[in-house]
Amino acid sequence: MNFQHPYSELLRTDRLPHIWCPGCGLGIALDSFCMAIAEMKLPLDKLAVISGIGCSGRIAGYLNVDSFHTTHGRAIPFATGLHLANPELNVVVFSGDGDLVGIGGNHLIHAARRNLNLKVFCVNNFIYGMTGGQMGPTTPPGAISATSPFGNIEYAFNLPHLAASCGAVYVARWTVLDILKLKKSMQEALNKKGFSFIEIISPCPTLYGRFNNQNTGVEMMRYFKTHTVHNPKANLSEIEISHGGQIVVGKFLDIERPTFMELYRKVVQERVKRTLDEKYEEKAYPQEHT
Amino acid sequence: MKNNHLPLSQSHFINGNEACAEAALLAGCRFFAGYPITPSTEIAEHLAERLPEVGGIFIQMEDEIASMNAVLGAVWGGLKGMSATSGPGFSLMMENIGLAVMTETPCVVVDVQRGGPSTGLATLVGQGDMMQARWGSHGSYEIIALCPSSPQEFFYQTIQAFNLSEKFRVPVLLMADEMVGHMSEKVVIPPIEKLEIYPRRYTLKPPGEYKVYQRAENGVPEMVKAGDGYRIHVTGTTHDERGYPFMNEETQKELIPRLVDKIRKNHKELIDTKEFFTEDAEVVLVGYGITARTLRWVAHLAREKNLKVGVLKLNIVWPFPDEVVLNLAKKVKALVVCEINMGQMVREVERAAKGFCEVKFMGHPGGGMHSPTDILEAVQQVKA
Ligand SMILES: Cc1ncc(C[n+]2csc(CCOP(=O)(O)OP(=O)(O)O)c2C)c(N)n1
Ligand code: SF4
Repeated sequence: MNFQHPYSELLRTDRLPHIWCPGCGLGIALDSFCMAIAEMKLPLDKLAVISGIGCSGRIAGYLNVDSFHTTHGRAIPFATGLHLANPELNVVVFSGDGDLVGIGGNHLIHAARRNLNLKVFCVNNFIYGMTGGQMGPTTPPGAISATSPFGNIEYAFNLPHLAASCGAVYVARWTVLDILKLKKSMQEALNKKGFSFIEIISPCPTLYGRFNNQNTGVEMMRYFKTHTVHNPKANLSEIEISHGGQIVVGKFLDIERPTFMELYRKVVQERVKRTLDEKYEEKAYPQEHT
Repeated sequence: MKNNHLPLSQSHFINGNEACAEAALLAGCRFFAGYPITPSTEIAEHLAERLPEVGGIFIQMEDEIASMNAVLGAVWGGLKGMSATSGPGFSLMMENIGLAVMTETPCVVVDVQRGGPSTGLATLVGQGDMMQARWGSHGSYEIIALCPSSPQEFFYQTIQAFNLSEKFRVPVLLMADEMVGHMSEKVVIPPIEKLEIYPRRYTLKPPGEYKVYQRAENGVPEMVKAGDGYRIHVTGTTHDERGYPFMNEETQKELIPRLVDKIRKNHKELIDTKEFFTEDAEVVLVGYGITARTLRWVAHLAREKNLKVGVLKLNIVWPFPDEVVLNLAKKVKALVVCEINMGQMVREVERAAKGFCEVKFMGHPGGGMHSPTDILEAVQQVKA
């Protein structure tokens, strides 16, 4: 029988099977993305996906588009250069919470502030998966991990609030159980001009659930099902995720603000043209270089 | 966009950093990402104004880690890219200089060296990053590094750096120093048609036939850019020809020797040194950057005293010109290595000299230059 993956166009099928554990949510996150781009009929040659390092960081490499697997935390600055060099590309950063918000947190807040035209899809599994389940900046207080064996004593980042307050123009949060809403949100982000941030809550049964009373992927999904509250009008400062608590999801922000590239073109280049006219004579620059 | 804003081909009175920035534009650099740091900042400031004039992009990033990555992204987006920094920023760039090596991303990084370690002497000269340039990122690799001794040389070496980076697809490090960066001198900018500019070697193969890391001329794969339909995968993980990650010994054994051999097997083409009065010399002074100029002065002073002293100036420091040093070592009584650090390239000279002559070291901790009379004294001690 000739069995083909339904998204064989979009995936590097010669790289399958993937490395993720049974019950992991990453496959669903990737699947939502495939659904989103397949439905949109996005020109795949003009799509680039950048990941950092981690289990989530493997997403870029499974996609049959121009894909870059960079260093830990540095997907956003790499994507910044790629986007500015070729603004025609739709540049997606798909990576983990530890990657984007832990080691790469500085880049996240600055890219949002600059309103770079990047789409950042951040998989939050509450843990550093790839390295064996250590706590990170999104680990809920009290949660057990390999490096918080007595319970995490740190406060966790509330990612939609963080992204919005730094200047993102599109902010949403979904769990991988909300697959259709997640897909729609991804499509909106892909169509959006400016810094768009989607937090994707995803189960890591192997290294988070097992140590926090949710032994399997199914149990974690059940927890998402019973604890998710859809409230797009939520006050962003109040939607942090606590251990075993509510998960508020929704599209929280969708606004317009000029992007870095728009302003660069307008302000910098027009200004340069003016000063050239005033300051220099054309004949002072006889060289033509093509 | 027509680039009719390239510099006038004539003599200018500018500092080394400005000469470097203008040369970058001529070499085809259209992307700069950086973070302010003395004594390299003039490069960023100059390019902030000049890059938009030639249709390029300037961006000030949040740190040097981001700067380095933005340059790599821009190169895969189809531009030639560069960053400039000094010691502390150079340290921050190291991990992703390794990413550039592993992903074979051509780019140029300028380090205008100041006194270190740490914040050290933020405004004063040093040459203490020479070994870091060679070994600063983790793992086994080879890299190219150049050292200019004057603003004019900074100009030419910037173009050379871009050319070498494109040819070998490695990051090329321009290891200037504060004195050369800040010194203002006459810099002659030749007409662009007189300059040899190496374009990026894009593949002619259609998608489907092309493999992103298939070895081509000199072991160097051909390039493509994102958006051209090749659907490449680029990773800092050990990978095969298709760019697919494979974490195993076989793939590592395929990849790493090829990366290293791009430089090792072509190292003859990467020898760039200059000798002064070495034909009859009994003592040869070895140096690079600003120090090489002190050494030439010392050689003049010595010749006045009828001392047979010559100078070996290193232009390309990495890969190290082993055979040049060995040939001299076989001819002379001593090689005296002078550098503004506590002993770095002297180790290479000792290694390359293979015991054929005495190798003496004259270091300087930074913040100033060697005194010519001190060096002369050391030379006279060799003679005695
Ligand atoms: C500079 C650096 N420090 C540490 C690591 C080790 N490391 C690899 S993945 C990872 C954590 C990834 O966590 P996250 O982004 O949450 O992804 P997940 O594996 O959970 O999907 C770490 C710390 C590294 N690769 N590079
Ligand atoms: S460790 Fe966790 S995040 Fe990583 S693949 Fe397994 S379940 Fe997924």
